Amino acid sequence: MPSDLMFARSQMAMSLAFHIVFAVVGIGMPALMVIAEWRWLRTRDTVMLELAKRWAKGTAILFAVGAVSGTVLSFELGLLWPTFMEHAGAVIGMPFSLEGFAFFTEAIFLGIYLYAWKRIPPRAHLAAGVVVAVSGALSGAFVVCANAWMNAPAGFTMVNGEVTSVDPIAAMFNAAAPAQIVHMTLAAFAATGFAVAGIHAYALWRGTLHRAFHRAALQIALMIGLPTALLQPLSGDWSARGVAERQPVKLAAMEGHLRTGPAAFVIGGWPNPETLEHRGAIEIPGALSWLLHGDPAAVVPGIDSAPADERPPLAIVHLAFQIMVGCGTLMALLALWGAWRWWQRRGGGGVALPDDRRFLLAIMLAAPLGFIALEAGWTVTEVGRQPWIVQGILRTADAVTPMPGLGVTFALFTVLYIGLAIAVVFLLWRQILKTGVTPVPLGVTSELPLPSRLSGTHPTPRS
Amino acid sequence: MNPAELTWTLPHIVAGVMVLSLNAYVLLGGADFGGGVWDFFARGHRRDEQRALIAEAIGPIWEANHVWLILVVVLLFTCFPKAFAHLATELHVPITIMLVGVVLRGSAFTFRTYDSKRDAVQRRWGRIFSIASLLTPVVLGVCLGAVAGGLVPMRPASQAATLTFMDRFVNPWFMSPFPWAVGLLTLLLFAFLAAAYLTVEAPEGPLRDLFCRRAQQSQVALLITAVATLVVARAEDPQLFAGLTRGSTALAMLGTTALAAATTLWALATRRFQLARLAAAAQASFILWGWAWTQFPWLLPPDRTITALAAPRITLQLTLGALCVGTAILLPSFVYLFRVFKSGETVFGADQP
Repeated sequence: MPSDLMFARSQMAMSLAFHIVFAVVGIGMPALMVIAEWRWLRTRDTVMLELAKRWAKGTAILFAVGAVSGTVLSFELGLLWPTFMEHAGAVIGMPFSLEGFAFFTEAIFLGIYLYAWKRIPPRAHLAAGVVVAVSGALSGAFVVCANAWMNAPAGFTMVNGEVTSVDPIAAMFNAAAPAQIVHMTLAAFAATGFAVAGIHAYALWRGTLHRAFHRAALQIALMIGLPTALLQPLSGDWSARGVAERQPVKLAAMEGHLRTGPAAFVIGGWPNPETLEHRGAIEIPGALSWLLHGDPAAVVPGIDSAPADERPPLAIVHLAFQIMVGCGTLMALLALWGAWRWWQRRGGGGVALPDDRRFLLAIMLAAPLGFIALEAGWTVTEVGRQPWIVQGILRTADAVTPMPGLGVTFALFTVLYIGLAIAVVFLLWRQILKTGVTPVPLGVTSELPLPSRLSGTHPTPRS
Repeated sequence: MNPAELTWTLPHIVAGVMVLSLNAYVLLGGADFGGGVWDFFARGHRRDEQRALIAEAIGPIWEANHVWLILVVVLLFTCFPKAFAHLATELHVPITIMLVGVVLRGSAFTFRTYDSKRDAVQRRWGRIFSIASLLTPVVLGVCLGAVAGGLVPMRPASQAATLTFMDRFVNPWFMSPFPWAVGLLTLLLFAFLAAAYLTVEAPEGPLRDLFCRRAQQSQVALLITAVATLVVARAEDPQLFAGLTRGSTALAMLGTTALAAATTLWALATRRFQLARLAAAAQASFILWGWAWTQFPWLLPPDRTITALAAPRITLQLTLGALCVGTAILLPSFVYLFRVFKSGETVFGADQP
């Protein structure tokens, strides 16, 4: 029987893993919507309007689930980790308060965006969408700020187990925050861009009557997904340097660097925490030392630099890190391919979108990569910090609630979230995808109000 | 009570802001829950019409209304972290139930709205939405009642550890009648608010008359429950009862609440619906502030004050600063939101081609 601590950690992990998908969509989708609507305003191309509305509908469904699962998380911080919140609340509450306001703004203007298509002028409507996109990105940044503090605690001193000399500003602008914020924001755009591109690539690949619609969608989604996927490895490198500096044990676990000394680049393999040996890994000697310090012989602290009870679960962290890097690399390569195709076709016939079948297939297959990388990345961040909830200050085991029987609440929320996930997929399928790929004329099946101008372009039955 | 405690300080201002946010949550989010209650009780040949009206009234604003609760929680853990940690521990069970309710209600409502095919699946979302709307306010009220009744006192860790699971985590809120009375009161208050608001949003005709009757009925039930709650308080917790009924401020609060309640009933009877809505909101606010005043200066009755549990001064100052900046952005946004959607025209017909 796992301990209550294990159940608490599992419940937190599950809630975060679930919420993060919706939070990321809440950051990425508004940008797609706004671009589509902006293009509609410029070109009056009704396909763009339909696209903006279709995406808005998907955003609404996903945003609502994100909002409620986020509420659960804000309570769970206390329900599961009361001792952590007792110490951390006053220090790191600031970014949470600011996040509250950013989220508030996002919710208000999303309400306006979704329901006021005909109540306010088009430009005001577009502006509301821009506010949603900006405040969504900001609220993500604030939350990541708070998480970064757990990796690089700052802005307080600990005296006899009590927090003193609190400086919330220093805590908020902790050393890990900038790199983590950039890495996470890029991840949000890349993951959303790739997932949306994959859906529309599927429609094009299968063949559809609404070619123009899906091509427009694919183009906008790639516009967001490809550049961010290209930038992501750079921000990952920046992030890793910070981890090497402040959390050497986490970095050692990520890279599978077991013994202190010159560090190889370890690909694959299953590290054994007992013997500190790898099984089945490909190693590039000195590569990690060179990446971090520009010198293949530079000494990098290994897992053995920490006492046994301060080492994170090696295999999970190493594997999760490899998954994240692997997915990120594939996405970046795909981005390069896309850019190259775009460059090739730039001049010819005004068609710059790479839409040959091989590329479409690749994009389809790549659709889930961003989200897989995201989940793996958060596993690295959180599991890699164990056994600390606040690096070097407070152990996770000391922060957990004294409430027994956490297996029950873990089971409850697991069932709830699985149910919700099924419902969301079912709904998106029923409402968005199904009508998007079946050969029914657009604008007739769509239940969203369309401008009256459009009804003239379709043959309508006479009354 | 130490008279020095009554001086207004930074922690008291933050606590005041928290009650204000809770007030906003009750008036806005509470009414959304109430909408769900009436959705549950929608019967007869006007059933679908009622549900459509409720959905239209809640749709554009519930996401925003819901954030007030998050704001209260964030302020609690930022500015009173010890109180937050304590409450989240002792009230783990009811808070968890409430969260499940919040999740089910929010997502079921959205799923129903966007799943616009009128079929069995959609009706099932509606069922979940309305049942969750019925249960969640009760549990929210139970939590508030347990705090107000001094049923979750802070104990030394060594003493807390000796208690049995039931004695520590269940009995304080489950076995005492006072939290349940407050829970019922919360539910009725939310239902009453929703009905009073809907009289304004409904088109002239039978639908408006229906919600007018509902407002009157729930008001009567609310008043009976309020009296019953006082009786329970008197029997269970004389200190709390004394706070609720003694002293000029407490009596003034009770008087004002009664006046607002009478105004609502009169305005409903004479079909002054705008006034009824305002009076209903005032009544709810006075009930809330009456409770806050009774509890002052204690944050966790019977023995922990707001000042004793507050975070360091710098945190409170910065949070209040953030609140000012946030308000400067939010207030115009809210005005805009409500002007766009609640500016008086009938909800039907709007946005229809």
